Amino acid sequence: MALKDEKVTLAHGGGGKAMRDLIEEVFTSVFRPDGMEDQARLQAAALADPGARLAFTTDGFVVDPLEFPGGDIGTLAVCGTVNDLAVGGARPLWLSAGFIIEEGLDLALLRRVVASMAAEAEKAGVRIVTGDTKVVGRGMADKLFITTSGIGVIPPGRDLQAANIRPGDVAIVNGVLGDHGAAIMAARGEMALSAEIASDCQGLGHLMEAVLAVAPGLRAARDATRGGVAAVLNEMAAAAGVAIEIDEAALPLRAEVRGLCEILGLDPLYLANEGTLVLFVPEHEVAAALAAMRATEAGQGAVAIGRVVPGEAGRVSMRSAFGGLRIVDMLVGEQLPRIC
Amino acid sequence: MCLGIPGQIVAVTDPERMLAMAEISGVKREVNVAPVATGPLQDLVGKWTLIHVGFAMALIDEDEAEATLQALHDLGEAQAELDAMAAAEAAQEGRE
Amino acid sequence: MRYAEEFRDPKAAKALLAGIDAVAGEIGATRDNSVRIMEICGGHTHAIFRYGLDKLVHEGIEFIHGPGCPVCVLPMARVDDCIEIAEKDGVIFTTFGDAMRVPGTRRSLLQAKADGADIRMVYSPLDALELARRNPEREVVFFGLGFETTTPSTALSIQAAAREGIANFSVFCTHITVPPPIRALLDDPHMVLDGFVGPGHVSMVIGIHAYDFIAEEYGKPIVVAGFEPTDLLQSVLMVLRQLRDGRAEVENQYARVVPEHGNPVSLAAIADVYEPRPSFEWRGLGEIDESGLRIRDSYAAFDAEKKFGIGYGAGPAAADLPEGCSCGAVMSGRMKPVHCPQFGRGCTPESPLGALMVSSEGACAAYYQYGGARAAAE
Repeated sequence: MALKDEKVTLAHGGGGKAMRDLIEEVFTSVFRPDGMEDQARLQAAALADPGARLAFTTDGFVVDPLEFPGGDIGTLAVCGTVNDLAVGGARPLWLSAGFIIEEGLDLALLRRVVASMAAEAEKAGVRIVTGDTKVVGRGMADKLFITTSGIGVIPPGRDLQAANIRPGDVAIVNGVLGDHGAAIMAARGEMALSAEIASDCQGLGHLMEAVLAVAPGLRAARDATRGGVAAVLNEMAAAAGVAIEIDEAALPLRAEVRGLCEILGLDPLYLANEGTLVLFVPEHEVAAALAAMRATEAGQGAVAIGRVVPGEAGRVSMRSAFGGLRIVDMLVGEQLPRIC
Repeated sequence: MCLGIPGQIVAVTDPERMLAMAEISGVKREVNVAPVATGPLQDLVGKWTLIHVGFAMALIDEDEAEATLQALHDLGEAQAELDAMAAAEAAQEGRE
Repeated sequence: MRYAEEFRDPKAAKALLAGIDAVAGEIGATRDNSVRIMEICGGHTHAIFRYGLDKLVHEGIEFIHGPGCPVCVLPMARVDDCIEIAEKDGVIFTTFGDAMRVPGTRRSLLQAKADGADIRMVYSPLDALELARRNPEREVVFFGLGFETTTPSTALSIQAAAREGIANFSVFCTHITVPPPIRALLDDPHMVLDGFVGPGHVSMVIGIHAYDFIAEEYGKPIVVAGFEPTDLLQSVLMVLRQLRDGRAEVENQYARVVPEHGNPVSLAAIADVYEPRPSFEWRGLGEIDESGLRIRDSYAAFDAEKKFGIGYGAGPAAADLPEGCSCGAVMSGRMKPVHCPQFGRGCTPESPLGALMVSSEGACAAYYQYGGARAAAE
């Protein structure tokens, strides 16, 4: 091994031998992109299918701490982009990964992050085919930022979009809500709260294919990341011009997430997720979709949480266990802990 | 104002500073128990308290809680009976 | 969650609602001739909207949302003072998350943080004290705000700092008390209230006799209530029964948490550390006599006002209510949030004009967040 340092230094971004060693040992030896040119050269055969469409997406990842129960910034960077492709009905194929590294980052940590990216990519059936690294001085970035872009293929005939949602359609989630947001909050230790909550960070590609196989009427899906399920439902209601009503008693929540929310005065509907989606299917496909989801690793907790109801376009409301109805709006800013 | 939630004291962590570990629905947080420490701190372990901004502000009176719940339960049962009677009457009328 | 979820039982709620219907009918409450019950506490306001209780109760019951949201009544000049302290060299300014978005005359704490001030959200004053222990070279200031529920926590923290000799810890005290504004509301000749739901968590500290004057001097019923939906419904029912029977008493629905005489340790700590200010400004309500607390001279070393030479009222006089803002009328029950000309127009949670739009506990923000904005438009 040529790379003997324990920490990343500016030399690793200097364009010389140190940089070559970093890229070869830490990145390309793990990701194994085809060929050695400074670009990925991909077979376009998948696109040759008449009517197929190319899906292309990009996302930047920052998280503190970099490693947390249930994942790290690397798992996030792969799952996030894979999921953006998958919920649009695309089969994810290729990713690029750009790394902004603050000097002083532990190389061992960087290796762990890269290893989780490789593992997560393999699980999702995608390849990381090109990438870039930059090293910046101390204080110019917060340890490590990753940007991934992803390319996938939408098979002919598939058209998932929120505008397709119709009255009577049922909203389904694939599992408990808010784990990622709660896990990060606990991991940060700012509020000195400890709880055994792991991030839900996971790829949703296989789950989406499983649903599409049995529920061809699937209207649309979204992964409920920042802003939580509440934000996604609002976006979908607005795009479709429909009203959505969810049932408070049906919301799957871990006891610890509930507890954390009660302590800090937070609403779990607004907590971030990293492997949780909301999808809409017509009533007659609900049972099939649920069964198919539950048969996948990411969908074991799948459950219907609400439906499209008559009402004002764009309105999302929630019925409480004893009949009270309240509106679930978009948040103005970030949800802050409160004591009153 | 004043978010307060029930938590159970599970261990004394720093007797000098009156600190104990409280558990709230699987979440743990160190809290100051000075307001509820009327006897030896160890006696608080297992007790339910009302927690606000990291302080155990009150002991929860289990008998009073039980009394309130019992009253609610009785009310609920009575109402359920009334509803059942009303439903039966409506069904009867429907048949006649 | 024990002691919480049991009190969210739909069956019991249904029975309580039926009871409320019956008594409301007996006393002839109607939509146009409603019984007006003020829930003093912002936590109750939040719960009423969270569970949709306002829409479930008999149409002759009107909830009036009281001044019990410490963030909402925070004067703008006080926020400015916080920012001034936070921007001093070497200061770590700590606060509950609630205060972060409250607008000062020019900026909020959140904006000051973005401008570079070291402002940190904490869950407890204990966490601020811990920061002071770990950063002896920095001055850690905790923004002490809130009613009697929260006051003991800062009093006990100041006592601990004194005991341990933590010299780099201080509290910027904006603690306020519940009874004075209630008296001010009751003295208002335009007052339209029939009864009160009393603040449960304030009462676990001060006990229930602090409200005797409401029943004895003003002849209004008050029921100290818990925060779960059946707690609130049961309390409303208890207020209605008092009205029906022509009684005016202080009753305690929340006896599982609220002892009749409050908490002696907390009361002693408050008395040891704090004393009343001659008067204090409430945003939307103006100056109210003996409604605020300040740190006693014996703890001057832990008083950020003294440490930084920022006295209450030393700055410019209390800022006037912004033009068109009706917070005062809403808080005293004379106007509904949706009838304020600025509601949802010049005043939204994104850019609050008035105090009640600031915090999710504020009546206007709660109305807005839980559907009032759209309901108003319908």
